[in-house]
Amino acid sequence: MAPLAFERKPLVWLGWAIGLAYLLFAAAQLDITWARFILGLDNGAKFLGRMFPPAILQPDSMARGLLESLEISILASFLGVVLALPIGIFGARNLMPSWVTLPIRGLVAVCRSFHPVIVAIIFVKAVGFGAMAGILTLTVASIGFIGKLFTEAIEEISPKQVEAVRATGAPFVSLLTYGVFPQVMSRFVGFASYQVDSNLRNSTMVGIVGAGGIGGTLFSAFQRYDYDFVCAIVLAIVAMIMVGETGARWVRKILGVDARGSDD
Amino acid sequence: MTEPATLSTEPGGLPASRPWTRFTPIERAGRWLLLVILVAAVVLSIRHVEVIPEFLWDAPAQMQDLLTRMWPIDWAFYLDGVHQPLLETMHIASLGTAMSILLAVPLGILSAGNIVRSKPLNLVARLLLVASRSVNSLIWALLFVGVFGPGALAGTVAIAFRSIGFVGKLIGEALEECDTKPVEALQATGASPMTVLLKAYWPQLSPTFWSVALFRWDINVRESAVLGLVGAGGIGMALDSTMNLFQWDRVSLILASIFLIVLLAEVLVTAVRKRII
Amino acid sequence: MHLGLSIRNLQKSYAVGKPVLRGISLELGANEVVAIIGPSGTGKSTLIRCINRLVQPSSGEIWFQGQELVGLGRKPLREMRRQIGMVFQEYNLVERLTVMENVLSGRLGYMSAWSAWLRRYRQEDIDLAFTLLDQVGLTGFEHQRADSLSGGQRQRVGIARAVMQHPKLLLADEPTSSLDPKTSVEVMQILVDMGKRLQIPIVINMHDVVLAQRFASRIIGMSEGAVVYDGAPSGLTQQILQSIYGGEEWLH
Repeated sequence: MAPLAFERKPLVWLGWAIGLAYLLFAAAQLDITWARFILGLDNGAKFLGRMFPPAILQPDSMARGLLESLEISILASFLGVVLALPIGIFGARNLMPSWVTLPIRGLVAVCRSFHPVIVAIIFVKAVGFGAMAGILTLTVASIGFIGKLFTEAIEEISPKQVEAVRATGAPFVSLLTYGVFPQVMSRFVGFASYQVDSNLRNSTMVGIVGAGGIGGTLFSAFQRYDYDFVCAIVLAIVAMIMVGETGARWVRKILGVDARGSDD
Repeated sequence: MTEPATLSTEPGGLPASRPWTRFTPIERAGRWLLLVILVAAVVLSIRHVEVIPEFLWDAPAQMQDLLTRMWPIDWAFYLDGVHQPLLETMHIASLGTAMSILLAVPLGILSAGNIVRSKPLNLVARLLLVASRSVNSLIWALLFVGVFGPGALAGTVAIAFRSIGFVGKLIGEALEECDTKPVEALQATGASPMTVLLKAYWPQLSPTFWSVALFRWDINVRESAVLGLVGAGGIGMALDSTMNLFQWDRVSLILASIFLIVLLAEVLVTAVRKRII
Repeated sequence: MHLGLSIRNLQKSYAVGKPVLRGISLELGANEVVAIIGPSGTGKSTLIRCINRLVQPSSGEIWFQGQELVGLGRKPLREMRRQIGMVFQEYNLVERLTVMENVLSGRLGYMSAWSAWLRRYRQEDIDLAFTLLDQVGLTGFEHQRADSLSGGQRQRVGIARAVMQHPKLLLADEPTSSLDPKTSVEVMQILVDMGKRLQIPIVINMHDVVLAQRFASRIIGMSEGAVVYDGAPSGLTQQILQSIYGGEEWLH
């Protein structure tokens, strides 16, 4: 048989086939048929009709909600970043012994395990309705996210730079400031700014389960069938988040971090 | 400790004094401004936000109460009330991710300035991607429950719409970072734009593409689990009903199940990642 | 008491039964430029790193400035390390910091963590840093980021950093192995000049025998973890080189 220019990869074809078969199976399971989709679109058109034009039916309530979401995200980000820095360091296996890293990594894993909404529900039960639950929820989420990625970043640093600083006789903390931080700081700022952005988004939605912010306003508007108000709120949320992203870009520029520190 | 005279080059022993600063005056001013703004934001927020201290002190007791009600876990409920919705959640996540990729790839291409050289088109594509990401999947779910009625269809489309922004942005950025040399080479042979896309861009994009897809699927499993709280299908609906009925031992079962499928998803993603990237 | 460097019966094994250093004993006086040559894996790098204890010896003694190094506790070890400057094969600069910050980091052993973090350097240190940059030929480079420099430039920064420590001993682990021949000669010249100015001994690992013969005042040949030659560069006959490196073809 003549030699082939490209090797046959049956495994790859098999993978694609399985993937597609599963998707069709799943669609059938969920009863997602084209007919339902079209019906839905018709419904959707009606729904959209009721949403436009957007109307701010309760400006005070909306302003309060937006402000509260902003405050929740600011405080949760502040607490989260401040706590995640030492937690990330203590979780790094190239800096700390295992009796320190193991419990810390466990803590970070637990913080990441649950969706913020679920964490919000638990905190609402613990500290009652309102912003406190929201702040605690997003702090936990921040620690889980930044902590894990920061620890990974520290474990990936070049040991050569650390070795050189150690050879000068520098104390441990100077080892961190000169050998470790310069290598990971821009990534830390990237993670932190991504998390601040994520907190801003999540702060708009934890209100749906009572943890404060504009989410509560949105949910009640929805339940009252005030769809035009719903639309106004959603647009306001989008606007607030876009402003937040621009702010984050300025901060990164002032701190001299590479523009692409985040990925969303 | 004075430096030995042997190291200097000036006659008389001591070198002339030269200043050095780490940051330029502008940089320093910028950093100070940033610090001031951040501190102001935090302080103002603390003072304005409504926090009721009594609830904080009550918290440990409340948590204790909750935990005792959640234990022991009602494992028996699994087959009746958890298994099916759990599978539904997986389907929602997978279909939603697949749908989002279909829509995200063209948008990502449109947003890439090196492939589609029309600035307005790039801008529109980017705006759509940003808008998609700015609306939380739970809120998308709420909207689509309004459109399609409660059920998994709403959840799937919500996941899809939320993920488009994520996937599209990362693909667009990856495309913009592609090496132009193979592109140039293929264009020089007279290949059509489609061929150039397939044979010069795709091979470079492929590892990022799969990495992003897997990453988003992993996140979507987590997201899909809670959409049911607003009626968009999956295990979230069981969570909602059991919470409303205060059946906390079943709630803990559901939370445990969610934890397990998220863990499984991560294991799966790590394994697949090792093999194809 | 001998105030130079004295190594007595140094041994190091990374795995049981597989010694990398088999009882090395050496005496170094002031003002020597010692080149250690030998094939890869023969323990040259381990030997050099044992001196400032970046690698912990399995047994033996190292005496420097009247102090025994192998058994030193943490704080005295740091104080000893700051008197030993080291130049690395891959420069080991902090890539994201500027040239000036890299050079100044040579003073970290003398500064508290607090002043180090705040970058509060003494003006004398800053002046010295500028002077050193002039001496290594990098005037005007102080604000450039380390990762924007060429290999030869980076190594010069590395040398300046080591000298910033006011060391009593300079160690260099294959300082020119990553550089082209012309730059290698320049860097070796700078290194040797610095040693002469400071009147301190320099110990250099290298695999380029010709370069070693050109710059060193004493050559130590290692093979399989032991010293097989210790003497003047002129004494390196073909036979001796063969016993160190094995094989004939590379000699011609």
